[in-house]
Amino acid sequence: MSFPRVLAPVLLALGALWMSGCAPKTTDSSTLRIGEFASLTGKEAAFGQSSHKGTLLAIEELNAAGGVLGKKIELLSEDNQSKPGESATIAKKLIARDKVVALLGEVASSRSLEAAPVAQAAKIPMVSPASTNPKVTETGDYIFRVCFIDPFQGTALAKFAQSHLKARRVAVLTSVSSAYSVGLSKYFHEQFLQDGGVIVADQKYSESDKDFNAQLTAIRAAAPEAIFVPGYYTEVALIARQARALGLTVPLFGGDGWEAPELLTIGGDAVEGCFYSTHYSPDTPTEAVQTFVKKFRAKFSGETPDAMAALGYDSALVLADAIRRAGSLDPAKIRDALATTHGFEGVTGRTDIDAHRNASKPAVILEVKNGKFAFVESVAP
Amino acid sequence: MTEFLQQLINGLSLGAIYALLALGYTMVYGVLRFINFAHADVFMVGSFAGYYLGRLVPGGTLWGGLAVLAAAMIACALLGVLIERLAYRPLRGGPTLNVLITAIGVSLLLQYSGQIIFGATPRTFPQLFPVAQFHLGRVGISSNQIVVIVVAPLLIAGLQLVVFKTRMGMAMRAVSLNLKAAQLVGVNINTVISFTFALGSALAAAGGILYSMNYPSIDPLMGVMPGLKAFTAAILGGIGSLPGAALGGLILGGAETFVGGSQFSTYKDAIAFGILIVILLLRPAGLLGRWTAEKI
Repeated sequence: MSFPRVLAPVLLALGALWMSGCAPKTTDSSTLRIGEFASLTGKEAAFGQSSHKGTLLAIEELNAAGGVLGKKIELLSEDNQSKPGESATIAKKLIARDKVVALLGEVASSRSLEAAPVAQAAKIPMVSPASTNPKVTETGDYIFRVCFIDPFQGTALAKFAQSHLKARRVAVLTSVSSAYSVGLSKYFHEQFLQDGGVIVADQKYSESDKDFNAQLTAIRAAAPEAIFVPGYYTEVALIARQARALGLTVPLFGGDGWEAPELLTIGGDAVEGCFYSTHYSPDTPTEAVQTFVKKFRAKFSGETPDAMAALGYDSALVLADAIRRAGSLDPAKIRDALATTHGFEGVTGRTDIDAHRNASKPAVILEVKNGKFAFVESVAP
Repeated sequence: MTEFLQQLINGLSLGAIYALLALGYTMVYGVLRFINFAHADVFMVGSFAGYYLGRLVPGGTLWGGLAVLAAAMIACALLGVLIERLAYRPLRGGPTLNVLITAIGVSLLLQYSGQIIFGATPRTFPQLFPVAQFHLGRVGISSNQIVVIVVAPLLIAGLQLVVFKTRMGMAMRAVSLNLKAAQLVGVNINTVISFTFALGSALAAAGGILYSMNYPSIDPLMGVMPGLKAFTAAILGGIGSLPGAALGGLILGGAETFVGGSQFSTYKDAIAFGILIVILLLRPAGLLGRWTAEKI
């Protein structure tokens, strides 16, 4: 009975001690803090890992060159485990506790959409490297992105289906639980139907589904000439395998959500001859891209950077450029500088931030050929 | 017609896996009157055991596949016994609710230690058995689907034999009927309960490997959805009844596949669970379950 009474002050004292130990460090004036939230583990870990590596490389280069505004950049990275519900919490923590001046993240649109309102409410600029759903930047005037958006990507893919694949009868398999997939599917539909194409089957699945045989059997019955799968690589690889097992030999094609080495390791032969659109190709013969590829390989044991890595790299550089032009660590001034980014040359091309805080950039279409990604064509914005 | 037959095959192979998993739920419930929520995570461990053991044998051979299957089943049987010994036995005799909550705890423990040990990134499950694709006209079936459709009923039949034809099975039924009375007539209930967990967990491991052969991307949270479906299947068929669990699995797999292939594919889970509600309204004890007054 008296035990808790004796213990309580001790616990309180211990608690206070712990609190003081954990209290956010007062911002060290010699560094500037940038927060990053990414899917470093989990279902879409390939996205987070790639963009994180690109960002790391950019920060390292910036710091080697003396940092920004005479301060070294300190990157605080947090993992959301590819889970819904984590990104907002992490964004809150980075802003409130770690006092970051800006946020970098995410690749997946659904998770950027979770963090964006937090950043907007706190008036902390957020730059998404690769979220293509238009809604992300519509959240508010503090949210930016350095990649193209799905109305462009969906249109480009719809045109590609008719011009390159010569497919007029296409089946669509959309993930209903991903903002990215639903959006891309919608813009594809609009353009494809407008160009006189026919959507012969419109099937749905949910994220973390593993059995797609039912949908694919229905698609097979509709005899399409190609199948549009605007999803993420984990599901796409399984869809491709199950489609081939059902005897569907027509090409599958999709968007930048396919961009990951896992597409090849899980998909194997099944993804051979499939196409997807993305932000850049490491085979682009420009000097900027080749230097980036070389530096990236040197730092990450020979790994070739994919589009998410390139965008992660560009997002950090665009942000650093804005901080430099703002001449201040005031988030509102950084925001204003970001909004006037014009003619920034990165590895994914020229970045001009428009009135809707989006970048308009060319897309490239790649094909899976002999277990590798091969360049097919470039689509101008 | 072709489409119907194809969907039937898809539904059967999915349902067979649900059935295997549902047996584990129903068996533990039959003997101990509680739902072992950690069962779905033993299924996940079985699949990871297959992933790691699969590297030790030459891939795509029959004997290699069978060896991995057997080894994973033994490993999970031991895990099941261990879980029962450490988590559930100390609570025996207490209210069922305590064990139920502990089961949820064990489930979370396995999921999150799985993320630490195996990593949260999905892995590609190796090709264990030789694969081939058969076509009857436009109806395609893969050897993996055939393995599932053949192995699952064999295991279920084997289980039925164990429960109804062996002394241990008789002891299991005795414990299920009345734990105290069985103890009084000399049944060693600890052995019987350990055996039940071993058997159920071995079936979960087999289910995990068969599931991963068809859907070769595995991660530590992979058990959650199939576990929920199999639990539903067990309730649907009448919890405590072995044929009921098998029937429930097939109905659920079939419903999910036929809805998934229709224009209502968005609602496939909603409809599968809707069927459960309808059946429970009409037959509260499930399709093959016997209604008994709950003794509290």
